[in-house]
Amino acid sequence: MELYAPIFVLGGIGAAFVVVSMIAGSLLGPKRYNRAKLQSYECGIDPTPQPVGGGRFTIKYYLTAMLFIVFDIEVIFLVPWAVHLDALGVFGLVAMVLFLVNVSIAYAYEWRRGGLEWE
Amino acid sequence: MTPDTLDARAGHALAAAAEPGFAAFGTDPWWITLIKALVIFVFLMVCVILMIMADRKVMGRMQQRHGPNRFGPWGLLQSLADGVKLSLKEDLIPRKVDRVVYIAAPMISAIPAFMAFSVIPVGPEVTMFGVQTPLQLTDLPIAVLLVLATASIGVYGIVLAGWASQSPYPLLGGLRASAQVISYEIAMGLSFVAVFIYAGTLSTSEIVDAQRPIWFAVVLFPSFVIYLITMVGETNRLPFDLAEGEGELVGGFMTEYSSMKFLLFFLAEYVNMVTVAALSVTLFLGGYLAPPPITTFWAGANEGWWPVLWWLLKFLAVMFLFIWLRGSLPRVRYDQLMQLGWKLLIPVQLVWITAVAVIRVMRNEGAPPVALGAVILGFFVVTLAALAAWSRAADRRRAAEDAEHAERIRALREDPMHGGFPVPPMDAPHYGSSVPAEELRSARPAPTPPTDKREEVTGA
Repeated sequence: MELYAPIFVLGGIGAAFVVVSMIAGSLLGPKRYNRAKLQSYECGIDPTPQPVGGGRFTIKYYLTAMLFIVFDIEVIFLVPWAVHLDALGVFGLVAMVLFLVNVSIAYAYEWRRGGLEWE
Repeated sequence: MTPDTLDARAGHALAAAAEPGFAAFGTDPWWITLIKALVIFVFLMVCVILMIMADRKVMGRMQQRHGPNRFGPWGLLQSLADGVKLSLKEDLIPRKVDRVVYIAAPMISAIPAFMAFSVIPVGPEVTMFGVQTPLQLTDLPIAVLLVLATASIGVYGIVLAGWASQSPYPLLGGLRASAQVISYEIAMGLSFVAVFIYAGTLSTSEIVDAQRPIWFAVVLFPSFVIYLITMVGETNRLPFDLAEGEGELVGGFMTEYSSMKFLLFFLAEYVNMVTVAALSVTLFLGGYLAPPPITTFWAGANEGWWPVLWWLLKFLAVMFLFIWLRGSLPRVRYDQLMQLGWKLLIPVQLVWITAVAVIRVMRNEGAPPVALGAVILGFFVVTLAALAAWSRAADRRRAAEDAEHAERIRALREDPMHGGFPVPPMDAPHYGSSVPAEELRSARPAPTPPTDKREEVTGA
């Protein structure tokens, strides 16, 4: 725990700065009411009505998020393996190559089906 | 000796083996920790202020103009003045936003940005006010993962800012930025793996120590290059600054932010730049170690406070790279960005990591040099074959696109309403003018032959 405490000291200093500067920003600036100013910005035209939660957006982002999870887990599996590769030797190498091939099949499938295309 | 004591001793040995080299950390008196944390905080703030200034100055010089030069000597205090002015601006909160999330988002993106720097080593052990302490706030058995984790938390700030604004531009900007950052995070994580294989640890100070014989930037050059690309993508800098994309999304996810909240996003972006640059120095450029030729004639170059100088020089070089890239590369399209991340960086990394691991294991197992050479040659051949196949496919795609384009132009020439849009024929004479009709471009313009450059430069 002693190793982790200094991180929170630095985080605390950062948090204090962030909070103080945000409070200062809201106190220092002028406050002039203006109806148009409080609308959301859309280059001057009347804002389009936004459904709560942002509405629908393209499925590409969901696909990217799913693929990200697959690959992020792969990276997390790779890290301890990489650190102890010298101890694991041939066994570890073969196991990890099999795992990589497995993930690559899913990756190749998604590539072929156009999941990586952005128009 | 009973089995119990044996177990206990084995347990101790395991505990000691699990965390070697951490004896120097976590033992500082509280005031040393506080001093170090404050120094890091001040360093980050000064870096941000100077970096914004340097960004504008160097960009200015690259574009043959002066950049800011009014406030302070050589315009050094310009960003300070900008900050003061921004804090005196109205803190506007649009009526439709989700107030809680809207206010929390800048904090979520700024605070983790500060925390990441705590594991960066800027020097070996020195004596500070009579206390022996390493020039690093702390080190963890998982230090590099901490940097990745804080970067991931920063993404929440971006996506929540876009979502809470309840406005189309910020929403799109937030989605784009988060998709971009997570895509490049994978390539970034993969580029670390080769370093971990060579260093055998995740602790930053030990990774620096492992580079005493030779820097990882030399041994693992492909990883280094890919890390440099991903670090630019991860921090949303040009040429990958699609998150802001002024030309299309106004200000991206921070369109609805003003005053200090806007400043905090900006701060977080620049602090992130500082962090990834410092990480590249730590993982690939030998951290605080003196550049190799210096140690040959000056043995004390890695002693005392000198390493801070080497660290700073390397760090400034990487920071300059950010500005240089911004000054020389145009912004990429979003599909090109995602294509680069997913279709190039990740497969290249996977092959490269496999190659590094295979070669490492073979050398550990004492494989004959012939076998080793054959494996290296095999990877070379595979890489070249993949490159050739890729360029052939790209050529074929370009040819198909050209043919399609030419076909469309031909159809348009015959029937101006081809494709459903009622437009006047493009080769019709301009109404009421004597300007002759433009010649249609039938396909892509042929590449212009190289001309003598001296003839092109005119004026001034």
